[in-house]
Amino acid sequence: MPKRIEIPLGPQHPALKEPESFTLYLEGERVAASNVTLGYNHRGIEKACEQRSYIQCLYLIERTCGICSHSHTTAFITASEEVAQVEIPKRAKYIRVLIGELERIHSHLLWVGVAGHEIGFDSLFMYSWRDREVVMDILAMLTGGRVQYSINTFGGVRRDISAAQKEQVLKAIDILEERTKYYIEVATTETTMMGRLKNVGGLTYDIAMKYNASGPLARASGVTRDVRRDDPYLVYDELDFNVITNDGCDVFGRVVVRALELMESYKIIRQVLNNMPDGDLTVKVARKVPANEATVRYEAPRGEDIHYVRGNGTEKPERVKLRAPTMANLASITYMLDGGYLADVPIVIAAIDPCFSCTDRAITVKQLDNGREGTLDWNKLREYSIEWHKQRGFDAHKIKLSI
Amino acid sequence: MLSMVFGSQFKKPNTVLYPFFKPEVVDRFRAKLVFDQEKCIGCKICMRDCPSFAIEIFKVSETEKIFQAVVRLDRCIYCGQCVDSCPKDALVQSKDFELAHFNRESLKVEI
Amino acid sequence: MLWSLFFIFIFPGVFFLSSYGLILEYLDRKLYARFQNRVGPPWFQPLADFVKLMGKEGIIPTHADKGMFKILPAFAMAAVSVVILYVPLWSTNALYSFDGDLIVILYLLTIPTLTFFLAGWYSTSLYATIGAVRTITQLFAYEVPLFMALLAPAILANTWSLSGVVEFYSNNPWLALANIPGFIVAVIAVQGKLERAPFDIPDAETEIVAGPFTEYSGRFLAIFRMAIDFELVVTSSIIAAVFIPFFSTNLWIGIPIYLAKTILIIFIMSLMRALMARIRIEQMVNFCWKFLAPLAILQILIDIIIKVLV
Repeated sequence: MPKRIEIPLGPQHPALKEPESFTLYLEGERVAASNVTLGYNHRGIEKACEQRSYIQCLYLIERTCGICSHSHTTAFITASEEVAQVEIPKRAKYIRVLIGELERIHSHLLWVGVAGHEIGFDSLFMYSWRDREVVMDILAMLTGGRVQYSINTFGGVRRDISAAQKEQVLKAIDILEERTKYYIEVATTETTMMGRLKNVGGLTYDIAMKYNASGPLARASGVTRDVRRDDPYLVYDELDFNVITNDGCDVFGRVVVRALELMESYKIIRQVLNNMPDGDLTVKVARKVPANEATVRYEAPRGEDIHYVRGNGTEKPERVKLRAPTMANLASITYMLDGGYLADVPIVIAAIDPCFSCTDRAITVKQLDNGREGTLDWNKLREYSIEWHKQRGFDAHKIKLSI
Repeated sequence: MLSMVFGSQFKKPNTVLYPFFKPEVVDRFRAKLVFDQEKCIGCKICMRDCPSFAIEIFKVSETEKIFQAVVRLDRCIYCGQCVDSCPKDALVQSKDFELAHFNRESLKVEI
Repeated sequence: MLWSLFFIFIFPGVFFLSSYGLILEYLDRKLYARFQNRVGPPWFQPLADFVKLMGKEGIIPTHADKGMFKILPAFAMAAVSVVILYVPLWSTNALYSFDGDLIVILYLLTIPTLTFFLAGWYSTSLYATIGAVRTITQLFAYEVPLFMALLAPAILANTWSLSGVVEFYSNNPWLALANIPGFIVAVIAVQGKLERAPFDIPDAETEIVAGPFTEYSGRFLAIFRMAIDFELVVTSSIIAAVFIPFFSTNLWIGIPIYLAKTILIIFIMSLMRALMARIRIEQMVNFCWKFLAPLAILQILIDIIIKVLV
């Protein structure tokens, strides 16, 4: 029976783009058990939102993540608009959908590159990121920023699309469609790549349903779950698109799902651009938002993003809660890693498309020995950590913080 | 894959040698702020709406309504909310994005 | 005595190997970048990397063995430098040659891989240990096909000296066409020796950080990387000498031919590196034993048959 060694795929590792701690128990080259520890990227965004007005919160929430920034803002602002009970104009909804689908394209192309890098195929990484520049230039032309688009405002959108810009977007979509078909061909015919992706990181239908996987991870195991179809928001009930599923249940299935979702996004963008109604861009919303609460679900490129907003009559929200899709997908990680090879660990982690910046939010702490639940606020957390360090010989009580 | 990889040898590379070759920036790119002193009325709505408390408006003279804007470039997130909120359109955003400095004090600029 | 010092340090010793090694590394990186539609590094980049690494502090972990840690890079460099004395570069005779030096060359080329294993083992860090074990497993996979592919032309040439092989093929160039399967096997197996994609499993950046070199930094890492550059020169020269039989004693023709041959082999290796993903270790062992080794055996059979016929 080979000895087990414990290796940390720790917070700093070339495989992870964002810090998260995985502990792997290896027997030779096989992973026998694994463990996940979260929390390295907690920045206190939900607490900071309680001290800023709705407009200021919008920009803060946009910076939760760089890749799914538009998803977070749109979900938050839709929830806030439901709390304030305003209805935004049709044209604004179409523009939000357009930017959302462009962001989905950008995120999936980024994912193709990262997956290529994790399996050592740097050429695919360079080529797909070169094509991603086409999307980023289009987004910069439409919104003024390459990564944080800031197109939403309370009551609508901030910028309009002219006819010349529409032509440029359509041309860019044609170029990208051709290149995506090329990547689909490469992914399905390149032997070394198929050898690394097939039968790796298996997740069956039952386990995916049990652990609440969402997004392309669930759809690659045959689960037909897409918020755009199940619970339509914005104008998705008027658009014609397919929900892509695949029965592969392995990393290769996830690649296929994401690549075909790219093709669906091109279809949606063409429909949006050709059918965009004329009209205003914003409606006026009062600064003081009434006391109400709302929950909104949004299909981010990574899965289902849930936002909850509660207002209390002032101009600052009382409670904001984000649940990012990676939080739900991480539960399936230990199941997928066990029994595989060490060489498969980076690509399996990359296949759930992790965005740990989105994931770390406030959670409820439950003490296991007496079942008490509660939340630790900042002062209590500081006391707890000072006690912990005192037991290990370091006294931090004397340090005064200037906050 | 072979034909594309081999063909790239004979095409122009996609990356550029940045400091020696400046790429062109799109129109209406959101970068450094520009302030028009004649139009400002000192309502300070921009200060109230800024998400990161980056802009400050000071009254320059005792008698007339002349105001001065000071922006902390390291705090500004270039969102453009102050541009949208200003009732007199005194702020616009330029395309100047090369804003790195060697020490923190020089990032507090008057615009 | 003075001549020996010249051969050891200037040509074809350390100075020639290091400068040509840096040039070949630059060409490899530039070609790799151009295959990916990027600009690539300028010509002095490998030299700048070497100089920078020599200037940095070399940190040795507490639990690692200090003596072995420091001496292993020098060992790797020394082993590879000796090999070049037996390889004919542009004339048909190497600097020193004796019957059986082909075997000595192959043996000496195994030593750097062993030093990588020992470097990873003595570093006592988890990632380094896994990388070291992978290096040795990979050695087990590619070594036999490489040996057989390099020894097959020697069977046809009826001599165990590399200079003798080269002389035989310069006299009968048409027989070199019979060695084409061996050329393919040798180029693929040498990617494993140099630890480049698709066989860069011990140095898998996204899985085990840097494999055996994880704890190496500063001047020790600089010497290891220089040893790998030496290996680039030496292995491409050996393959060029055995499989591509164009030589000339006239320096003005011989040197460009030698440069063209080695650069062609580097071009093929860069192309392989750009085209393929990294494979897993058990897939590599399967591939080498099920595909490369039979092809090398086929090559040996072809050579034996031709020898009997001719």
